Amino acid sequence: MIPPTFDYIRPSSIEEAVSALSQAGEDAKVLAGGQSLMPLLRLRLAYPDALIDLDRVESLRQIRSENGDLFIGAMATHHQVVRDPLVLEHAPLIAKATATVADPAVRHRGTFGGSLAHADPAGDLPAVALALDAVFVVRSVRGDREIPAADFFVDWMTSAMEPDELLIGVRVPKLGPGWGAHYEKFHRTAQAWAIVGVACAVRRERGAIEDARVALTNMGPAPVRATEVERFIEGRSVSENSFRAASERAAEGTEPPGDLHGSPEYRTHLARVLTARALTAAAAV
Amino acid sequence: MPRIRVEVDGVTYEDDVEPRLLLVHYLRDRLGKVGTPIGCDTTNCGACTVLFDGMSVKSCSVLAVQADGRGITTVEGLGTDGTNHPMQRAFHEEHALQCGFCTPGMILASIDLLRENADPSEEEIREGLEGNLCRCTGYQNIVRAVRKAADEMRQPAQSEVAP
Ligand SMILES: Cc1cc2nc3c(=O)[nH]c(=O)nc-3n(C[C@H](O)[C@H](O)[C@H](O)COP(=O)(O)OP(=O)(O)OC[C@H]3O[C@@H](n4cnc5c(N)ncnc54)[C@H](O)[C@@H]3O)c2cc1C
Ligand code: FES
Ligand code: FES
Repeated sequence: MIPPTFDYIRPSSIEEAVSALSQAGEDAKVLAGGQSLMPLLRLRLAYPDALIDLDRVESLRQIRSENGDLFIGAMATHHQVVRDPLVLEHAPLIAKATATVADPAVRHRGTFGGSLAHADPAGDLPAVALALDAVFVVRSVRGDREIPAADFFVDWMTSAMEPDELLIGVRVPKLGPGWGAHYEKFHRTAQAWAIVGVACAVRRERGAIEDARVALTNMGPAPVRATEVERFIEGRSVSENSFRAASERAAEGTEPPGDLHGSPEYRTHLARVLTARALTAAAAV
Repeated sequence: MPRIRVEVDGVTYEDDVEPRLLLVHYLRDRLGKVGTPIGCDTTNCGACTVLFDGMSVKSCSVLAVQADGRGITTVEGLGTDGTNHPMQRAFHEEHALQCGFCTPGMILASIDLLRENADPSEEEIREGLEGNLCRCTGYQNIVRAVRKAADEMRQPAQSEVAP
């Protein structure tokens, strides 16, 4: 179908984008890669008054080291993220999860920031950002604000950003030596969204798990941190038995949806199985 | 109405476009390039795939205004003077199409795949084409065609490095 009409604004700097967003009012939308927004417009599920297109704001595409953290600009494309040397070195979990997103053509345009701002509970990157304790940097005419991942994803397709706030980028603490990471995604066909996904990073020391971060995709209206799994596994030996016992706790505190792809019970089962696989792969046993 | 300047299949066009005009509609309805079909409303099928500054994109999820200053290649811009691109030839010879609806997108996505990986395995071809759906062929012959084109397209480079 043909999208509804809208005004089109194409800023070339962050400042221009922020001021356009503040002037355009509540019914304006930011256009990043358009890989979620364009289908919504074509299906007439969204009727924005104006689109503010970030495609030419080159400074938003940077990926760099900043005060010991990794900073990924909101407009870095999925394509860029999966082959960026800094991401591969300091946040391999992001590269691994991003490689499972959609297909090459969608990854050429779809962006890291767009995937997070969209806050789709079936999206792969929100759980990854949550597991890595990422911090979201947002800007408006009122100034900058930093939002920890734990507070960013509020509800189904709802983030903590105000309508006049622009996501600038995300700060990700680097994982040092000893850490292993894995994203385990269960989906029906190659290009499809996760029925359930598990983002996992663990730090091994002398045969034991010293530190664990586990978060789940599509096990509720927002990504969920599997705190019970983390608490159980920390300090235990790296072994199949401890991973299996830990993963039994994966669905605690979740509200899995039921839909065409699976019932809540099925998702609960998947969360346990996939958590065991993710822990095993992350700890490389 | 914004004015755009865009190069499509080697020819530069200047046009006024409504912001909501999709790139695929611009190509088909304004430029008459109906070699690029539309198969869905959800950015799933890949039938509308074109190269956007050399990289594959689904032209149903890009606005025509976003193509301002960019270069687009459609299936119609591939061969020269009546000769087919090696990928087109391989699809023809390996019988990699039946109804042909997915074919323009498949061919452009395959060319994009070889740009990044000149010698892909069968597995890598299947993954590289995951965004392009074919309702007819069962994919076997498509994978075979891409392999064949890869071999052919690597030929000149190989003979250059050969002693
Ligand atoms: C066929 C297909 C399969 C897909 N499969 C997957 C999958 O398996 N896993 C997955 O995670 N995703 C998948 N996606 C979605 C893809 O990852 C998109 O790239 C992503 O959801 C949105 O990113 P975008 O840059 O395209 O954002 P857009 O579509 O441009 O925007 C999405 C939303 O975020 C807002 N927004 C974007 N950027 C900003 C910003 N900087 N500041 C404030 N608000 C902003 C927009 O206003 C809009 O509401 C798929 C998409 C398609 C078409
Ligand atoms: S028509 Fe563009 S992906 Fe289906
Ligand atoms: S040949 Fe008919 S859809 Fe592929």
